Amino acid sequence: MLELTPNTLAERSALRINPCKTCQPVGALYAALGVHRCLPHSHGSQGCVSYHRTFLTRHFKEPAIASTSSFTEGACVFGGGSNLRTAVKNIFDVYQPDIIAVHTTCLSETIGDDLNAYIMELTIPDDKYVVHTNTPSYVGSHVNGFGNMMAGFIRYLADARAAKNNRVAIFPGFVNPGDIREIKRLAGLMSLDCIMFPDQSDVMDRPMTGDYEMFPPGGTTIAEIQMLGGVLQTLALGEFACAEPALVLKSKCQVESDLMPLPMGIAATDRLLMAMSALSGQAVPRELEDERGRLLDLMLDANPYYHDRKTAIYGDPDTVIGLTALALELGLRPRYIVTGTPGELFTTRVKTLLATYGREDCRVKAGADLFELHQWIKNEPVDLLIGTSYGKQIAKAEDIPLVRAGFPILDRYGHSYNPLVGYQGGLRLAEMIASALMDHYDRTCADEDFDVVM
Amino acid sequence: MDVKSTILSKYNAKVFKGRQDHLLEVDAGQTQEIAANARAVPGLMTNRGCCYAGCKGVVLGPLKDTCVITHGPIGCGFYSWGTRRNKARGDGEGRNFIQYCFSTDMQEPDIVFGGDKKLRQAIKEAVTIFHPKHVMICSTCPVGLIGDDIHAVAAEAEKDYGITCVAFSCEGYKGVSQSAGHHIANNGLMKRIIGADDTPPPSKYAVNLLGEYNIGGDGWEVERILKRVGYHVVSVFTGDGALADIARAHTADLNLVQCHRSINYVAEMMKTAYGTDWLKVNFIGLGSAAESLRRIAEFFGDQDLKNRTEEVIADELAAIEPDISYFKSRLEGRRAALFVGGSRSHHYQDLLRDFGVATVLAGYEFGHRDDYEGRQVIPRIKEDADSKNIETLTVAKDDKRYRAFLSPERYEELKSTIGLESYAGMIRDMPDGSWVVDDLNHFETEQFAKLLRPDIFFSGIKDKYVLQKSGVLSRQLHCYDYSGPYAGFRGAVIFGRDLTMGLYAPAWKMVTPPWKAGDREGDAANA
Repeated sequence: MLELTPNTLAERSALRINPCKTCQPVGALYAALGVHRCLPHSHGSQGCVSYHRTFLTRHFKEPAIASTSSFTEGACVFGGGSNLRTAVKNIFDVYQPDIIAVHTTCLSETIGDDLNAYIMELTIPDDKYVVHTNTPSYVGSHVNGFGNMMAGFIRYLADARAAKNNRVAIFPGFVNPGDIREIKRLAGLMSLDCIMFPDQSDVMDRPMTGDYEMFPPGGTTIAEIQMLGGVLQTLALGEFACAEPALVLKSKCQVESDLMPLPMGIAATDRLLMAMSALSGQAVPRELEDERGRLLDLMLDANPYYHDRKTAIYGDPDTVIGLTALALELGLRPRYIVTGTPGELFTTRVKTLLATYGREDCRVKAGADLFELHQWIKNEPVDLLIGTSYGKQIAKAEDIPLVRAGFPILDRYGHSYNPLVGYQGGLRLAEMIASALMDHYDRTCADEDFDVVM
Repeated sequence: MDVKSTILSKYNAKVFKGRQDHLLEVDAGQTQEIAANARAVPGLMTNRGCCYAGCKGVVLGPLKDTCVITHGPIGCGFYSWGTRRNKARGDGEGRNFIQYCFSTDMQEPDIVFGGDKKLRQAIKEAVTIFHPKHVMICSTCPVGLIGDDIHAVAAEAEKDYGITCVAFSCEGYKGVSQSAGHHIANNGLMKRIIGADDTPPPSKYAVNLLGEYNIGGDGWEVERILKRVGYHVVSVFTGDGALADIARAHTADLNLVQCHRSINYVAEMMKTAYGTDWLKVNFIGLGSAAESLRRIAEFFGDQDLKNRTEEVIADELAAIEPDISYFKSRLEGRRAALFVGGSRSHHYQDLLRDFGVATVLAGYEFGHRDDYEGRQVIPRIKEDADSKNIETLTVAKDDKRYRAFLSPERYEELKSTIGLESYAGMIRDMPDGSWVVDDLNHFETEQFAKLLRPDIFFSGIKDKYVLQKSGVLSRQLHCYDYSGPYAGFRGAVIFGRDLTMGLYAPAWKMVTPPWKAGDREGDAANA
């Protein structure tokens, strides 16, 4: 496995090898799936959306619907306006969504299609909506595309004159339906009336009933997005995915936001609950304190198995920061922390976290790739990998246990139903990590070192 | 209202007009015409991919001795990395490039100021780190728009590094589907690779396997059988394939064409340039695998080879007979729909017949009329603006390497007896009253599933869960749901097992909770 990867690092300025990111549009598509009765639409050639639907379906094992403008060479020359007009008409005729969320591609961005103008000229049926965002694939990553699509919905729909309401907006970030369900549960226990935006639960985790619904009951409604203009505050989870939409909501509707890390591990979950408590005026209930206590109990019980184990964490910036926080709390020793998404804010955030625990002896890199991570590992191995499915090659090549977390996980089932966030998510991760390390020990240790009781 | 009217009635006038000729009910005995390889209708959720997916994803991606660099923003390279199950073992030197994704990861300044500098640098870095003998460049949409001269960069790299470097202008917007990309990849292989190495095959009965991408190990099962009979496989296009082998493809006596759609261009061009005859084969299905083997033996005409062929067929069939009978008993009488990219929708009908499963619907994502109706229609296919944009390569006879294996008389004889250089298409093999649909979209998939109620819907990942959630077993014929091989004799057993496993999964019977059992009958009643 990966036999061609040499130990010697060579300077690279142009060749990306085994990336740890993908392009903006797929993030935009996923964000749009979290809006009720929304059909995401890719304005470009049809291969893009074919790849994106494939990618999301493989991660969630659920249908990921989206349409395309199906550009041909002619559209590239004359502009994609006519394709978009035709597409929008056909979509409303055939699939009947309430809203179409258009995102661009590198094709339509490069030819300079003006989506604002195109959409203004469209004939849109009554009570239906078409919104858009720009997602050039050659800028940022899928994480930016996710945030840009959210910002697009807000720009078009959030109502600056909406009556003030007592609700709180929660931007859950680029997470799984299982995480969103957990955040909703926490909000419920904190008596917080929230608008979750976007909300892919009950869209990308539909039960098997024998009936397929193209537009399932889940998703943030258009009315709720409009109401975002009048909420008390926004709790924006995950700076990299949510800073942009939080900023747009503030500048458009003067809604303040509390931008915080994804609630992964003890401290970040504490922070979210305290913010919720401040908003609802309700103390954190015993139920959640007990959950917290159980997670801490596990962390102490299994501490010897976590202690100082060298760990590499890779994936999307918000998730990686959350996982790093939990890893530090467990007593693991982060050795390499990387994301493919560019931006030095990531390294700043991670280094601050590491410094808090006196764990500065760690390489941190944004805009990195898995080839480079593998080369680092070849030169100085780690005991544990935490990240997406694409790290399984390194895990196999170097015989390192891998705990899957983040996007995408293409090779396991059921993961997206369960949370990584909250104390419950922490409990799940803590168990997965200890089990991965201990399974690896059991499998590789000498017979005389093999213990039935551990 | 009949099935077709029911479906078309939901469309507006323009879509109705655009779609009506892409659907037909098979009228056995009649010559029927279908519209294909035409633009998808914007807004209808097509399953199609793009030119890049056909060129890099399908044809070039499986080459294990080749560093394929995607020139473009990161997405395209990322999505086509390790996701197609085209299995490959490392070459003699343990080299296997298919575990890697190489991309120039173009950024905004590259789009504004041109990406050729970055491409040049990326090749330099690839050469420094991996020392590849072959580098291929595949471009994505923006590259064509900004006009990077990837062919000049490739030529320069050949000179600078002494490697083979071929560029493919396979931007996603070209053509109407993956099919354009197959053609572009075929052209590049023909122009630059085939014919580059004249080393003769080590033994007689030398063949190439064309259009076999070794999904789930299919190619290995086919090669196993061919070797058992006594053939030597010179090269495979391109599953577990190597450019080093493809360079010698012209030294083979016969081209075996498995996936007609994606590779027929190479077969045709090799016939013109090198005189290599080609035979459409199908190793999916017991009957068709046996028939293919007999036709290949007939081509060579050697009695020993024919005897050996019969021995192998008898032996292979005997070995699997108990399994096949068992799975047939579990599957017989079921009805299947198939919607796959190119030739698979046709091939798998043979295998399904072996298990007593009838086809009620079949269609291609990116087939052409000849894949449906047979190659005799090729001269009558009208070229449209999209197909004219894809280069049709004119090849000349290579006097030095041209070699006719057959005498002209024998060639004429075999044309009719074993169907040399012909393909009769899918429709002819389909039962009366079954449906053929080209470029089936999300809406039509749902409608057909409701109207025809197949027990099994073979398709891809994008609609797999649409179907499964509506209570129909869906199996992916692109990746075999991570199983396989399904080709050849042993593959048929695995296919039968997987189908049986899917249909009889205990969960199907529990979909309706007992407290609702009275509300609906026959819900998801697959088992």
